[in-house]
Amino acid sequence: MTTPAKTTQAETTPSQTVGPFYGYALPYEAGPRVAPAWRPDAITIRGRVLDGAGEPVPDALLEIWQADENGEIPRRPGGIVREGHDFSGFGRCGTDAAGGFWFTTVKPGAVGAGAPYIALLVFARGLLKPVATRIYFPEDEAAHAADPLLAEVPADRRGTLVAEREGDRAYRFDVRLQGEGETVFLAF
Amino acid sequence: MTHPPYLYPGYKSTVLRAPAQELIMPKLGPDSVELSSPVFGHQELGRLDNDLTVQHSGEPLGQRIIVTGRVLDGAGRPVRNALVEVWQANSAGRYNHLGDIHPAPLDPNFTGAGRCLTDDEGRYRFITIKPGAYPWGNHHNAWRPAHIHFSVFGTAFTQRLVTQMYFPDDPLFPFDPIFQSIPEERDREKLISRFDMDLTKPEWALGFQWDIVLGDTPMEA
Repeated sequence: MTTPAKTTQAETTPSQTVGPFYGYALPYEAGPRVAPAWRPDAITIRGRVLDGAGEPVPDALLEIWQADENGEIPRRPGGIVREGHDFSGFGRCGTDAAGGFWFTTVKPGAVGAGAPYIALLVFARGLLKPVATRIYFPEDEAAHAADPLLAEVPADRRGTLVAEREGDRAYRFDVRLQGEGETVFLAF
Repeated sequence: MTHPPYLYPGYKSTVLRAPAQELIMPKLGPDSVELSSPVFGHQELGRLDNDLTVQHSGEPLGQRIIVTGRVLDGAGRPVRNALVEVWQANSAGRYNHLGDIHPAPLDPNFTGAGRCLTDDEGRYRFITIKPGAYPWGNHHNAWRPAHIHFSVFGTAFTQRLVTQMYFPDDPLFPFDPIFQSIPEERDREKLISRFDMDLTKPEWALGFQWDIVLGDTPMEA
């Protein structure tokens, strides 16, 4: 891994919205299947994207990126075409009419000192640049207490970064773009 | 500020979708997961995925163009093997998408989606059709300037960029809130491709050049 050079903003290409019509271009068959569902350690994460009025966002695109179950960051191709048994660490899912999305993956191991998490970007019509956040896991409470990023999030908003357990190996994570319960978004 | 703000009321869809709370800026910055990026390989792409004019049995209607440029990091170094995805309206200004209800014709020979990986110089290259302008419902008599949507992966997940490339001298620029949402004119100009006579192929296609420079993150202030 090389750390990108610190950019002089002078030359950076500006962001524009993904718009409403990405649906025939960006999503692909294996997008939400980051790991095959038959793996004994497979988990599902489902959720909805909601706007400031609490209405579903039916034209959002979510991308996740994560380490594998051992905390290793994948360094080989396979984000678009997976070989069935393969885990690429990258997932992409467009929301449905109810604002819903899903991913099948494995729970990442911790990387470094922080608690395990999945990096999440959300693009949508009406978002002129993506929002970035993290999905943490509810069973890691002890690790959350020591996580450097969570420590910087006001306590009353920290919960927006933690998925809810919905069943055996199933989690729920809703993204609230604005308003009550607004998800904590990150700027680096 | 290079990037548009989240809230730009002239673009109505931002009003209920822009975060209202301050973003958290972690003191340590992104960590090693966020500073790495998915890797994509040639075996995952079709050989002709970068030619949007050969995806069907016939030739699409419209002006054939070549669009090429380099993906660079902030230090001017090429970003190699970067996945670049594009999508666009057809020459009549209609997307091949069920949600597009603009009464302009679909083209059975044009889907309008492509992708490629950058080469060792960071260069991408697409052959396509010049997209048409199209109306949208943002305000009375609203028209989007002709554009091609671009999605680019850098070397860090935080660099992930989705943007739009425009064409020189479009009369719709002053009226388009999405283009105008970028605060500075010199930054807006970075999204306008340059007509290139050297790239233009006699009897065949017009050439446009457009370089993409990835910053640290699009979320940066």
